[in-house]
Amino acid sequence: MSLIEIDNLSVTFRAKGRLVHAVEGVSFRVEERESYGLVGESGSGKSTILRAICGLAPVTGGTIRINGQPIPSSRGAGFAAQVQMVFQDPYASLHPRHTIDRTLSEPLAIHGIPGSDARVVQALVDVGLPPGFRFRYPHQLSGGQRQRVAIARALMLQPKILLLDEPTSALDASVQAEVLNLLNRLRAERGLTFLMVSHDLSVIDHMCDRILVMQHGKAVEELARADLAAARMTTAYARSLFEASADRMLAAP
Amino acid sequence: MSLLDVRNLRVTFDTETGPVQAVRGVSFSLGRERLGIVGESGSGKTMTGRAVLRLIRPPGRIEADAMTFDGQDLMRASERDMRALRGKRIGMIMQDPKFSLNPVMTVGRQLTEGLRLRDGLGRADAAAKALAALQAVQIRDPERVMDAYPHELSGGMGQRVMIAMMLIPEPDLLIADEPTSALDVTVQAEVLTILDTLVRDRNMSLIFISHDLRLVARFCDRVLVMYKGRIVEEVAAGKLLDAQHPYTRGLLNCLPRIGGPREPLPGLDRTGAWAE
Amino acid sequence: MTTLRAWLSDPNPASRRQARLGQLWLAMLRIRRNRLAMAGLIIVALLLVVAALAPWIAPHDPFVQNLSNRLKPPGTPGHWLGTDDFGRDILSRIIFGARITLYIIALVAVTAPVLGLLVGTVSGYFGGWIDAVLMRLTDIFLAFPRLILALALVAVLGPGIENAVLAIALTAWPPYARIARAETLTVRNSDYIAAIRLQGASAPRIIAGHVVPMCLPSVIIRVTLDMAGVILIAAGLGFLGLGVQPPLPEWGLMISSGRKFLFEQWWVSTMPGLAIFLVSLGFNLLGDGLRDVLDPRSASR
Repeated sequence: MSLIEIDNLSVTFRAKGRLVHAVEGVSFRVEERESYGLVGESGSGKSTILRAICGLAPVTGGTIRINGQPIPSSRGAGFAAQVQMVFQDPYASLHPRHTIDRTLSEPLAIHGIPGSDARVVQALVDVGLPPGFRFRYPHQLSGGQRQRVAIARALMLQPKILLLDEPTSALDASVQAEVLNLLNRLRAERGLTFLMVSHDLSVIDHMCDRILVMQHGKAVEELARADLAAARMTTAYARSLFEASADRMLAAP
Repeated sequence: MSLLDVRNLRVTFDTETGPVQAVRGVSFSLGRERLGIVGESGSGKTMTGRAVLRLIRPPGRIEADAMTFDGQDLMRASERDMRALRGKRIGMIMQDPKFSLNPVMTVGRQLTEGLRLRDGLGRADAAAKALAALQAVQIRDPERVMDAYPHELSGGMGQRVMIAMMLIPEPDLLIADEPTSALDVTVQAEVLTILDTLVRDRNMSLIFISHDLRLVARFCDRVLVMYKGRIVEEVAAGKLLDAQHPYTRGLLNCLPRIGGPREPLPGLDRTGAWAE
Repeated sequence: MTTLRAWLSDPNPASRRQARLGQLWLAMLRIRRNRLAMAGLIIVALLLVVAALAPWIAPHDPFVQNLSNRLKPPGTPGHWLGTDDFGRDILSRIIFGARITLYIIALVAVTAPVLGLLVGTVSGYFGGWIDAVLMRLTDIFLAFPRLILALALVAVLGPGIENAVLAIALTAWPPYARIARAETLTVRNSDYIAAIRLQGASAPRIIAGHVVPMCLPSVIIRVTLDMAGVILIAAGLGFLGLGVQPPLPEWGLMISSGRKFLFEQWWVSTMPGLAIFLVSLGFNLLGDGLRDVLDPRSASR
């Protein structure tokens, strides 16, 4: 039994009077402790799948199962303790008027977990931030530092599954490297399962074991990492995506 | 003979907590070539591009020992002289067409506005020139695009419109500030090819500002690497892999590669004296 | 002083209080750069000081009548702004009137915006039929002209300062509800709201702790700009005899009672009128300055 089972998922919603089929009949499985990547361009529906899992987008067809259990329609405290998400834009995912301390201690307060003082400091240390940042506001931190706070926040409730929505696309290259290294280290240390979304094939290749290529809301091709590296993709779209990014790699050492 | 000559450019912002230096003494000269300026956020690359066009408003100030374009002193030019330069002789393409195109004017109106107000062309002549410009950026049905509003266009299309708009007055120098960063990866390749052809055909000089070192190296002749307001290295594009400066080497190595090793990516060692 | 400054500008605050005070200090620095806003701030501060120290700075008792001293012009020694038709010193009455003005403003400022915030955030956050019902309720109250409502209340409850305040507050809250609702609709789709929902937060916690702080800047700015209007309405009610009753030195009432002498003894009405003008101007300037400082766009980046 896989940890995450997505069967024939469809997400359709109304925008400006028209029906938008953001996700159409997508199925995949994520095993425990695996890192699974969803890759595609804008409009491919990859972020919508994550939002559907979290209850932020309506599921109009198919099922989502976590640990064999279908997700309850209102995601309560139990869900929060299993699945958490790191959002794309570090400038928008932290409340601008809350200190870092408040942002990190709030999940503990909601779930009645004691000892928030020590846990907040430990969380900062775990993501490589100095404990002195505890009472800063988000606008006093750089993009990379904010993203670390977002990761720390996601891990406060010690979930098993981490959903990552383009976690480094808004960051500089050198900062991206640090954050990706941090994510890999945390995954190894805590045995986490990652479901990661990105438009950047090289980032997905570095972080994930298996990859699903998506286009216009549909699943195009599933690849193992070795297949991607050896360019053994079978569909034309997956190949065009590969060429457009591998192109950059030609100059690399 | 250089087209643009910049000596010791400094851009400072007077905030309520004290002056903040965005650009700290940048010098370069540009001939009929393509120059790439690469840096991360906060490196001052965008401010450098804007300073050349004197587009920085208070509380920002521009200071330089010299800044000349084709013999004309940009530091001492009046605002009226600068307006004559902007667009006509120096053009600028910005990152996101969602924000750089006027959302309440049709594309056709935006393209012809400059022609009619600045060059005094009649409506029919201006429309013909605009259509020709749209065809030059390989837009299949230019008439439909002329009547469309910016939000009705895709990202790649919008950026092509932006390029067309900037190329109509046939400037000598084009400053492109992250022109493809907001686009999907397959569209990026298309737009860059179009830009490449146009710049070459019209024999324009290009300043290409980006955070993507490899992209710039493929596209430009020479690359300036900036960090915290200073130029840390200047290198010919073909010799990028032999770059000596620790920051440049760090930037080259820290990107993940398809098929690369699974070890932690090398980070940037910011402890050198150059990181001040 | 420098240690206080260092404490406030410490990049790594050691407590929530230090962090908040540090931000407040930065906001003060930003207001300082705007001269007109500083002027507004000074006028409002002056109002507070005058009201607080009234018994000590007023040269005469505002209620004592001295019929032999009636209608003396400004500049009379001992009565710098002149006397009214009962021989009472106008300057002292204006000073004590500041207390009444402040009382009215304070009461309205703590009732109307709070009610408006509550209605607006709940309406914007939940949407659907809750939004529809609350907004129709808001529309009903928005449709009432203030003075008519005040007349109705006075007819039922009798004249007096509390009823005047009630009337003003009941008609002042709808704009705040609309502002709060508009901000809530923008904020509702942010990633940080999505994040806290994902952590299992309840709706009251989200609205009170996450949505309201984002609505506060717009509401605060609107409150300061509305203060001028509130003062004028209270003055209008006083003028009509519906609000504060004589012999209390409310500014509007003073203008009304000087009506009879407007042409020969102009100072009886004009002096309190100038006071109203000055305080309204002060609040307007302050409100404009606050908009520059509290604009979330400039604060969050």
